[in-house]
Amino acid sequence: MKKKKSRVSGYNKWGYIFLIPFTLAYVVFQLIPLANTIYNSFFENYMSGLKQIGPTFVGIDNYRKLFEGGDIWTYAKNTMVLWIMCFIPQIILSLLLGAWFSDTRLRLRGSRFFKTVIYLPNLIMASAFAMLFFTLFSDGGPINSLLMQLGFIDTPYKFLSNTGSARGLIAFMNCLMWFGNTTILLMAGMMGIDTNLFEAAEVDGATSTQVFYRVTLPLLRPILVYVIITSLIGGLQLFDVPQILTNGTGDPMRTTMTLIMFLNKHLYSKNYGMAGALSVVLFIMTGILSLIVFKVSGNDKRKG
Amino acid sequence: MKKKLASVMLCTAMSMSMLAGCGGSGGSETAANTETEAAGTEAKSEAESEAKTEAAGEDTESEAAGTEGQGQVFNIYCWNEEFKTRITDHYADYEKVDATTGKIGDITVKWNITPNDDNAYQNNLDATLLKQADASADDRIDMFLVEADYALKYIDSEYTMAVADLGITDADLSKQYQYTKDVVTDSAGVLKGVSWQGCPGVLFYNREAAKEVFGTDDPAEVQEYVKDWDTFNETAAVLKEAGYSIMSTVNDSYRVYSNNVTSPWVVDGKINIDENIMKWVDDSKELVDAGETNTYELWSDDWSKGFYPEGKVFCYFGPAWLVNFSMAADTEGSIGYQGGWGATEGPQGFFWGGTWICAAEGTDNAELIKDIMLTMTTDDAVMKEIVVDDDDFVNNQDVMNAMAEDTGYASTILGGQNPLGIYCAGVETLDLSNLSPYDQGCNEEFQNAMKNYFEGNATKEEALDLFYKAVVEKYPELTY
Repeated sequence: MKKKKSRVSGYNKWGYIFLIPFTLAYVVFQLIPLANTIYNSFFENYMSGLKQIGPTFVGIDNYRKLFEGGDIWTYAKNTMVLWIMCFIPQIILSLLLGAWFSDTRLRLRGSRFFKTVIYLPNLIMASAFAMLFFTLFSDGGPINSLLMQLGFIDTPYKFLSNTGSARGLIAFMNCLMWFGNTTILLMAGMMGIDTNLFEAAEVDGATSTQVFYRVTLPLLRPILVYVIITSLIGGLQLFDVPQILTNGTGDPMRTTMTLIMFLNKHLYSKNYGMAGALSVVLFIMTGILSLIVFKVSGNDKRKG
Repeated sequence: MKKKLASVMLCTAMSMSMLAGCGGSGGSETAANTETEAAGTEAKSEAESEAKTEAAGEDTESEAAGTEGQGQVFNIYCWNEEFKTRITDHYADYEKVDATTGKIGDITVKWNITPNDDNAYQNNLDATLLKQADASADDRIDMFLVEADYALKYIDSEYTMAVADLGITDADLSKQYQYTKDVVTDSAGVLKGVSWQGCPGVLFYNREAAKEVFGTDDPAEVQEYVKDWDTFNETAAVLKEAGYSIMSTVNDSYRVYSNNVTSPWVVDGKINIDENIMKWVDDSKELVDAGETNTYELWSDDWSKGFYPEGKVFCYFGPAWLVNFSMAADTEGSIGYQGGWGATEGPQGFFWGGTWICAAEGTDNAELIKDIMLTMTTDDAVMKEIVVDDDDFVNNQDVMNAMAEDTGYASTILGGQNPLGIYCAGVETLDLSNLSPYDQGCNEEFQNAMKNYFEGNATKEEALDLFYKAVVEKYPELTY
């Protein structure tokens, strides 16, 4: 009895040893920078040309400045609008494709091929993708010439100078880039569902729509929550596509300016104070939103 | 078959992800850059305090060095090969060793070239300058180059040496164009740099279009149609009827207005918009609303369409290098290829581009810097050589005026015209005493913000608000 116990604690030691690399990496690359950011956000600290201003402790001055103009809410709203515009089509598309690909009765031909193809857009660098769209949709670009030749429009449509089309393009690009990833995640979740349940439903005479809503979706919930949270965090950090597409201006009138683009603006003068304050706000926002999603989708196992 | 196809797809996917990996590492490199910068800024406050204590010691040091000769390593910071080529070709004592080093006598010249993209040159230069006081004599920057847009950031700092301290007198520089001195004169009126080139801009017009619409392509007669902004804007309407845009974009004329301001962007820490800049806004808005020009960005594909006859653009504003090197003159079918551009003064004189040489405070090679500055920017023979060999417009009024009268000098791109006289005329009147260290950011943000107004997405007030907001983000010390 005694022997056994010591052997277990001997094994336990390895558990801790294996945890060291992660903990170290986490502390060095995540925890310390996080604490540092919060610390920095209370200081006035930037470069004016070659002159260093600060760091001087200013309390919550940076936060006050950040909320004073109310611009931060505009950018937060932009970010959320862009995320929703991208996420809704994406999740519908992914659920549909995932259901088709994982349905054994359908026996789709070439599903492996298509699984690869839908993932491909994600392998292109976002900036390259944005450059491509910038060229395609410029005032004198191919899309405009095509539309004009087909007779839909007489004068070039300024895609990037209209809020709707500019936001639409960004959402479309993000959707295109990420739906493959989401599909694969959802598919993995669907394939993990016991096929007996589908068969049982079929025997009971359920239609495929009923199977999808009554069997697949509820059992997919944990994966769905995971997908929503990761996508939400990713969406809040939306940066590269709009930055490149609008040349960092967030045109027209900053309606495509996301929070991280706003953060990037402060880095021109290496304004660590304001950037830090904005980062902290962003951190809190992400936390709250994740918590809401978590609660709403009822991930709690005990309640079923 | 299916498996094979799948494996081919997977292979493509993998190779693409490897490419993506390359991109990723590039990203981490920039991240590393910013980190070093961050380190630089932290080290800065220490460096500053030490700089003062060391400065006293340094003077004696450099004097001592002066007697026995100079520092052994001469570090030059710049962003492209241009200055290196000029030195290699025209500075007699320079011997090339390899791509990034050379020798002048016993002194080793080290070229530190960082491309300008994404502000990388300035970031690198800033980080190194801030550590200047702590660096060993051989690692210190001796000479660095700047452009007009951000020159004052360096000129107005303690890191740049006054030209007079190097032993260069006003008489030495008397032939240089006044505007080239204005750009590198600090707020106390001290000259801190020199340039070997001038980049006066003119108006390049499409000769075919001029013949079609005005019935003449003679520069003097075309000038009558564009002699001031009111006439220019009236001409725009005439050109529109003939199917031409007067300029490719409103941003074409921005420099012309912004070079002729009577007040700087920032007065006593407050953002100030000059009347002439507001005139650009009003004139441009009218042109855009009337459909007489567009709102493209400079250097975009849409902007370049006017380099070809099908683009139907009447004129571009620019210096010699624009028409010689940037307007597709080598491409068959372009206006430049057919010698179809003409040059005339346009509504106002302006300049675009140019490179200035500055001496870094703390250098141990003051003698050599003085000699390079004098040879490259004041020596008539060397400067003439540069004009003839490299097609550059040099910063020497005597040489340029002589060349302007030379009937043997003609530009094929400009249909056989000798444009030098026109280049000279515009630049002599140019007054650039109203520069501020904030010009780069202000000019950029102003054009960005006003685009919204021109395109009807905002009122003038909203666009101005946006401009103020964007500038304060860039320069937190400013108010409006």
